[in-house]
Amino acid sequence: MELVNLSIKESHEGLVKKKFSCVELTQAYLDRIKKVEPKINSFVTVTEKLALGQAKAVDKNGVEKKQMLSGVPAALKDVFCYEGVGATASSKILKGYIPPYHATSVARLKQQGMVLLGKTNTDEFTMGSSTETSAFGATKNPWDTTRVSGGSSGGSAAAVTAGECAYTLGTDTGGSIRQPAAFCGVTGLKVTYGRTSRFGVMSMASSLDTIGPLARSVEDIAYVLQAIAGSDTRDSTTPKVAIPDYLAALVGAEKSVKGLKIGLPKQYFIKGMDAEVETSVREAARIYEKMGAKIIEVDLPLTEYAVATYYIICPAEVSSNMARYDGVRYGSVEAAKTLYDTYAKTRARGFGDEVKRRIMIGTYVLSHGYYDAYYKQAMKVRTLIRQEFKKVFEGVDILLTPTTPTTAFKIGENADDPIKMYLADVFTIPASLAGIPGLALPAGFVDKLPVGVQLLAPWFAEAKLLSVGHAYQQVTNWHKERPSL
Amino acid sequence: MFPCFGVNMLTKEQVQYLAKLSRLELNEAEVKKFQGQLSAILAYVEKLREVNTNGVEPTAQATGLENVARADEADTFGGETKVGVVANVPKKKGEYVQVRAVFD
Repeated sequence: MELVNLSIKESHEGLVKKKFSCVELTQAYLDRIKKVEPKINSFVTVTEKLALGQAKAVDKNGVEKKQMLSGVPAALKDVFCYEGVGATASSKILKGYIPPYHATSVARLKQQGMVLLGKTNTDEFTMGSSTETSAFGATKNPWDTTRVSGGSSGGSAAAVTAGECAYTLGTDTGGSIRQPAAFCGVTGLKVTYGRTSRFGVMSMASSLDTIGPLARSVEDIAYVLQAIAGSDTRDSTTPKVAIPDYLAALVGAEKSVKGLKIGLPKQYFIKGMDAEVETSVREAARIYEKMGAKIIEVDLPLTEYAVATYYIICPAEVSSNMARYDGVRYGSVEAAKTLYDTYAKTRARGFGDEVKRRIMIGTYVLSHGYYDAYYKQAMKVRTLIRQEFKKVFEGVDILLTPTTPTTAFKIGENADDPIKMYLADVFTIPASLAGIPGLALPAGFVDKLPVGVQLLAPWFAEAKLLSVGHAYQQVTNWHKERPSL
Repeated sequence: MFPCFGVNMLTKEQVQYLAKLSRLELNEAEVKKFQGQLSAILAYVEKLREVNTNGVEPTAQATGLENVARADEADTFGGETKVGVVANVPKKKGEYVQVRAVFD
């Protein structure tokens, strides 16, 4: 029994039945990390001592029988604050920063008994779609180490598929959970904006950022979501919406697909996407049809404007959020004679190119004389995109789309072409602008590289989303495939 | 400072001005590099001008929540949290954050 490939349920059951100890389970993950890290570079920090200390405590006090996450080893994207453990956002500007508090989502997982294996690599401040903008080197795709793992939660996705942890938390602002999940063959959930708390997670674009799980199955995702969902007094953008029983929603998933209306938006099948990616989505549609769903072609004409909308709004919010990194209260600082130079040199040395690009674009589109033409216009188009989704969900229950236009590209292939990089998120961005939840599911392989499909649901319909995704994983085995590292 | 949009290329001066507003020190080579890349990005997002947004309200925030407030009560953080916060300050004097003169 390969301990590092157990599901959350299997891990927990094994601990409860004393098939193995928490220390054995944790050590298995730590050994796996030591073995594969030189090949994939998915961790920024490995917290070996902390993990084993926590595991020993679980063994001593007994695993919590009713808490499925108790004793299960996990990792966190390096934008999450875990008290006492370095957090870098994969940036030089936060060198040496040690959070003095837990993010809310982290505290909730800790309360459930999470064992922390470490912090995973990300594009710098989550800006990117390949984890290549990390100051600590790209994370390589465990399925082909000459290729990217996707981004920005590339470290998280790679760690899950490579058996370096049972699950992770990532962030998804324009696709940063779903796209790497697709590239790495794992399951990833972008929640409805506001479903989970962003407190203690370094902000990139505050009206778009979401935090969510990556794991090896929809069932595992459900356990993690159950633990972290819900309003937080420390995040005023989390509405008080009831938290359903996500695990109960998975029961009878296959049956509940009968009569389900699944929309295939025709604007998501575009020129320039891999033919085989399209084939995988249509194959998934056939599978749902066999389960009794009705596949309906739908129209989302504003889709072509989503990337442009996002790359105005996101940099605008980035320019504001990055202002705090000034070498004064935390992180690295450059020696300078004046206050201005302190800022200008610290930020110039501490930030990478993509961060600088987005700050400058954001500054431009928010500046006097340009605000109306760019930012305000983008916010209006965003309203229209939201309305378009609202309307489409009057006719269908769920949307089925590709997650990405291609499989994982080669490291360096898009690094010098920002727009080409941005277009990698063409299918994930619209849902981010609308704030609706999206689930990325492994759906096959093309030339030995994972392909994902995406399910999109209305606001706060994660229970339905997970149920429909779980039904697919009951009749397919893609999510069980592991790379041979 | 910025002429009308629809201009294909940001000028060197525009990039330098943006860098100043952003508090980013750029050298000659970087100004040139970003000039090309930023211009390309701005040219791409011009696409949005095609969308008719007459009478459309901008989406300022994504949840519809309004005036989320807490009681006006001060919370004090002392002890370990304070130690942790101060420990992260790069230049300090005791528990005080040290900065260059704010006024000339």
